[in-house]
Amino acid sequence: MTIKEKQEEIIEEFALFDEWMEKYQYIIDLGKDLPIIDEKYKVEENLIKGCQSKVWLHAELVDGKIIFTADSDAIITKGIVGLVISVFSGHTPKEIIDADLFFIDKIGLQEHLSPTRSNGLLAMLKQIKMYAIAFSTKANA
Amino acid sequence: MLYTTTLILKLKRDLLKTTQILDIESIRKDFPILKREVNGKPLVYFDNGATSQKPQVVIDAVSHYYEYENSNIHRGIHTLSQEATNAYEVAREKIKSFVKAKHSHEIIFTKGTTDSINLVASSFGKKYLKKGDEIIISTMEHHSNIVPWQLICEEKGAILKVIPINDKGELLLDEFKKLLSNKTKLVAITHVSNTLGTINPIKEIIAKAHALNIPVLIDGAQAVPHTKVDVQDLDCDFYAFSGHKMLGPTGVGILYGKEAILNDLPPYQGGGDMIKTVTFEKTTYNELPHKFEAGTPNIVGGIGLGIAVDYMNSIGIDKIEKYEHELLAYATEQIKQIEGVRIIGEATNKASVLSFVVNGTHPSDIGMIIDKLGVAIRTGHHCTEPLMNRLNVPGTARASFAFYNTFKEIDIFIAALQRAITMLK
Repeated sequence: MTIKEKQEEIIEEFALFDEWMEKYQYIIDLGKDLPIIDEKYKVEENLIKGCQSKVWLHAELVDGKIIFTADSDAIITKGIVGLVISVFSGHTPKEIIDADLFFIDKIGLQEHLSPTRSNGLLAMLKQIKMYAIAFSTKANA
Repeated sequence: MLYTTTLILKLKRDLLKTTQILDIESIRKDFPILKREVNGKPLVYFDNGATSQKPQVVIDAVSHYYEYENSNIHRGIHTLSQEATNAYEVAREKIKSFVKAKHSHEIIFTKGTTDSINLVASSFGKKYLKKGDEIIISTMEHHSNIVPWQLICEEKGAILKVIPINDKGELLLDEFKKLLSNKTKLVAITHVSNTLGTINPIKEIIAKAHALNIPVLIDGAQAVPHTKVDVQDLDCDFYAFSGHKMLGPTGVGILYGKEAILNDLPPYQGGGDMIKTVTFEKTTYNELPHKFEAGTPNIVGGIGLGIAVDYMNSIGIDKIEKYEHELLAYATEQIKQIEGVRIIGEATNKASVLSFVVNGTHPSDIGMIIDKLGVAIRTGHHCTEPLMNRLNVPGTARASFAFYNTFKEIDIFIAALQRAITMLK
């Protein structure tokens, strides 16, 4: 599946929820279910510190594709982080650089990306693109 | 047992309603924002520690100023300027009476508490601090009463000493006494902790410091809106507070300082209004309070703050304090009955701040969910990171009450909290 298709799938899934409670419960459960990072990667250099919550992001290049793993100490943030990771992980640096992230807006979670939330999510999205640029520069070098 | 306690509390609440300290229904009508909805629910505003809401009279005063009075103050020859100057100086007078200062020129208008503390740190530090000197603060200080001192200490080679606290969130006064020495140049302490609600025994602290001729600055940002402050009775040398936490506009605050010490300090910033004469060779400074008020001030902010003080006087600070205490007691009892909730800050003497954590959940998750239910609280480290480290929590959820809040709102908050916990567990 392409990054675009993955996002469309998430949007479809969220369309089933009638109210915010169900949506948040789903994200919370997603956050609870996902052990999305290896403990050894939960280190200072992978930490994106928000004012409210922390996000850890790890990236590695496997067979030309970037595998992202991440975590957060807050469960709602972790659930959203999980969704973002599932969208980008397993794609080439070029695909990630060119990708447009639209699903968060469409499922009504844009408030979590506002700088005032300072939960580390916005910084994490920037970091994902940075990793993609770094890996693609390395590959071309 | 649990049921009985709840029942007794509900009865107590109903009783309070009938023998109400304040006419809350009528007070709430004065605050237009309290009528609005958030996320489709009636707003329950429990983030008063961050900023208070504004009564209509303050909002009207601000727009009236721009509609009828706007002009620059102090140097104008024309009528408008004189009217604006009068209004601004009348506000200073009101604030002087509110905190019982001796002279109105001891009331310096600033941008807020942070600005007030920076002023003292800079001017006092410049004049009195040298290498090896010490400044005493406490573990529960807001970053605004830590960082300005760190900056000046770094510049001067001075050292910051910190009074420790106990697990309840109270200052260890014996440790404070041990920290005092002939190296101590100033003590800077918060009156009320913004994170824990602890009311510190500042009168005792001031007396102990004064016994060694050490001046004391009090951060009163969380105190002035909730309790009676008498700077002469306290005998503090400096007292800093913000307008926006006490019903006034944002961007205006106060530094109270004793006349003698303010006269002694060099100016903080240079510019218009703070000078007497300027030549390229030498500038002589204006008298108090203007010496510390460089540039065109937040005129409308000052005037609005004066009106806010009038409003608080019309309600009565004693009644405000008493009623908020009832709110805190009720909320504390209610929250204690929720399994897994731990209150952070259990000082014997507390203002209307309720900080807590819920086992197995992150404060920001709690805050986000109850926001969806219309309840505004604050989560995070509340600009007191060293305190969070001392208490070994990543942050807390904090409900802070004002006199326009109600017992019913506390019930809504408790129900929202229970719902959030159910979702998160």
